[in-house]
Amino acid sequence: MDFRLNEEQQMLQDTVARLVRGEYSFEKRLEYSESELGFSADFWKQLGELGLTAVPFPEELGGFGGTGVEVQSVMTELGRGLCIEPYLQSVVLGGGLISQAGNSEQHEQWLGGIASGETQAAVGLQEPQSFYDLNDVEARAEKSGDGYVLNGRKAVVIGGHCADVLVVSARTSGDSRDADGISLFLISADAEGLDHRTYPTIDGSKGSDLFLNNVKLGPDALLGEEGKAAEVIEYQAGRAISALCGEAVGAMEVACDLTLEYLKQRKQFGVPIGKFQVLQHRMVDMMSELEQARSMAILAASVADEPQSDERRRILAAAKNVIGRSGQFISEQGVQSHGGIGMTWEYNFAHYAKRLVMINHQLGDDDFHLERFAALLQ
Amino acid sequence: MNLNYTAEELAFRDEVRAFLDEKLPADIAAKVKGFRRLSKEDHQRWQKILNEQGWYATHWPEEYGGVNWSPVQKHIWDEESSRYGAPRSVPFGVNMVAPVIIKFGTEEQKQRYLPRILTGEDWWCQGYSEPGAGSDLASLKTRAVRDGDHYIVNGQKTWTTLGQHANMIFCLVRTNTEVKAQEGISFLLMDMDTPGITVRPIITLDGEHEVNEVFFEDVKVPVENLVGEEDKGWTYAKYLLTYERTGLAGIGISKAALQHLKELATRRTKNGRPLIEDASFSQRIAKVEIDLMAASISNLRIIASVEGGGMPGAESSMLKVRGTEIRQTINDLARRAIGPYAIPFVEEEMDLDYDGDFLSDENAAPVTPQYFNNRKLSIFGGSNEIQKNIVSKMILGL
Repeated sequence: MDFRLNEEQQMLQDTVARLVRGEYSFEKRLEYSESELGFSADFWKQLGELGLTAVPFPEELGGFGGTGVEVQSVMTELGRGLCIEPYLQSVVLGGGLISQAGNSEQHEQWLGGIASGETQAAVGLQEPQSFYDLNDVEARAEKSGDGYVLNGRKAVVIGGHCADVLVVSARTSGDSRDADGISLFLISADAEGLDHRTYPTIDGSKGSDLFLNNVKLGPDALLGEEGKAAEVIEYQAGRAISALCGEAVGAMEVACDLTLEYLKQRKQFGVPIGKFQVLQHRMVDMMSELEQARSMAILAASVADEPQSDERRRILAAAKNVIGRSGQFISEQGVQSHGGIGMTWEYNFAHYAKRLVMINHQLGDDDFHLERFAALLQ
Repeated sequence: MNLNYTAEELAFRDEVRAFLDEKLPADIAAKVKGFRRLSKEDHQRWQKILNEQGWYATHWPEEYGGVNWSPVQKHIWDEESSRYGAPRSVPFGVNMVAPVIIKFGTEEQKQRYLPRILTGEDWWCQGYSEPGAGSDLASLKTRAVRDGDHYIVNGQKTWTTLGQHANMIFCLVRTNTEVKAQEGISFLLMDMDTPGITVRPIITLDGEHEVNEVFFEDVKVPVENLVGEEDKGWTYAKYLLTYERTGLAGIGISKAALQHLKELATRRTKNGRPLIEDASFSQRIAKVEIDLMAASISNLRIIASVEGGGMPGAESSMLKVRGTEIRQTINDLARRAIGPYAIPFVEEEMDLDYDGDFLSDENAAPVTPQYFNNRKLSIFGGSNEIQKNIVSKMILGL
């Protein structure tokens, strides 16, 4: 048994780490976040030029043919830098859905661009009523001629405001919450009838809700088999969960480092506050949470690209539950250990604290995944 | 044992309710209930209404314009005004510096400052914490050196809440460096317009400007602005902190926040049903409601024990810890209730006059910012760790 990255994986992670260190100072991140785009177009371009947006794609697309471990290597470093580029949405989820469900024309049309970073994808799988259940789909796609007309709304699409292509779920048959009858569609950003309500997010990026008003699509917009998308969505959400685990671990590492450093340098009552046992134990608890999260991230990566099974489902639900809990714990206890300074906009810790809690709201929180895991108890 | 209010107390509660029904402006109540921002003007408008009723200074003796309510009456007032969505009074003037002036100030200070607090002419802020003096407040370094009829003040205060609105500040300053830390501190009142005072905003992680840094550079403060004796400020500071701590448990606010959470969970859906019908979520709500029920009785026990005079002791420290944990849990659940919509930061919807469509729910926008903002509850007013130190020392003798 060997839990270390192999040489290639380590080189990959080092490449991302160097890039993030060079390009992603805290001050620059605030600038990127406040820009109209909501992230750095230049950094995104560099991710593409270094082949990092191609990591999960096959070699003929310039990729590594990477699986969960390689994707996590990238995501961990993006997490350490608190990077807000839409890697998860475009590369992991968008690219993943198109790879798995798309036909060869669709692969040809989209994957090259997504792998090079020249095309940005975003995914709309949630709806206002759906909570975290991706089968709770009320947006409808009606047959019209040889194509479809889409109506409905997709919620909290990170990167949706500036994506070139949107992958959305809509119902072609069945009742809301039926697994059967969900289909995936590719909608180009300039489609008529597609409106956005764009907003910044709590953790510094941008997204939008998509309003689909009689969006007319040709037959080539259907991604995968009609009515059979639920399994594809579940599978790709699983890959994204593994990627998010990587990001969360990166952010938790920095949050713990910053807190530990603060405990050593902040003096009260004539000594560094790290001399107080109550804070020592809290720091140990934070590190233990980080270790639990690391372990589950490794486990998640090991099944992310394996064929679907109840075991894969269990592991991914467990992993998301753990990072949800540990992320919130490290966020809250880190703020508390810092005191007021941990809550200020000018200090980077606060932004890690926010990202860690927001990760819990992507692809299901710890409660949601606890239920999923409980439903699969053996 | 009798846990019921007396007939007089019930009559008082009716009177309070009638007053709130009639006088509380609906727009202000809507802001409070929806956890939206209150402007300086909102606070002042409500203060004026309270003062006209004679109910603004609930902690003051009648001779200075206070109401002199019993602890139970104060409690009824807190409960009812939270339930109705009345803003909590900004405490720095009326509930913090005023009790100190009343107990330790000169007659002249009482005559000068107390009426201006009642009318709202003065907005006070607190100069306690410093960058190097947080939990260890007594290590504060801001210096006041006597120079004839004045003190010359140099240094820096931080976490000054709503200092941007204030025209007056009360400060703990070091007047003696030769003695033990606690023994060289004095309590000074300053006009914020005095040359040499600069206020710089601190933006918190939720993007709000609520707290400030205040810098003092050769600020000339007349000696008559000293409260009590020189070097005895620590005693006054501790007296004031007991007042601060009593209100920090926020039982009334938690009850209102719980109601808000239940409404949110009734409107949000999971599996096609209202979230509040979901077994695991309703149990989470139930658990915090039970904790709140217990804390609320603990609060009443403290109130009953001080009924007829006296100050609450270290019990209020325990209540501060429990009360703030409960409030934070309610904020956590509200954030969980809105699911994916916890992520968008829709600042425009946090203003009451927003008239567009709501992204998800009319009360959703402030939920996540509120959750992050209220991480402060376990930090300020003496961090919860410091409160536990007080309990272990004062009650347990450890």
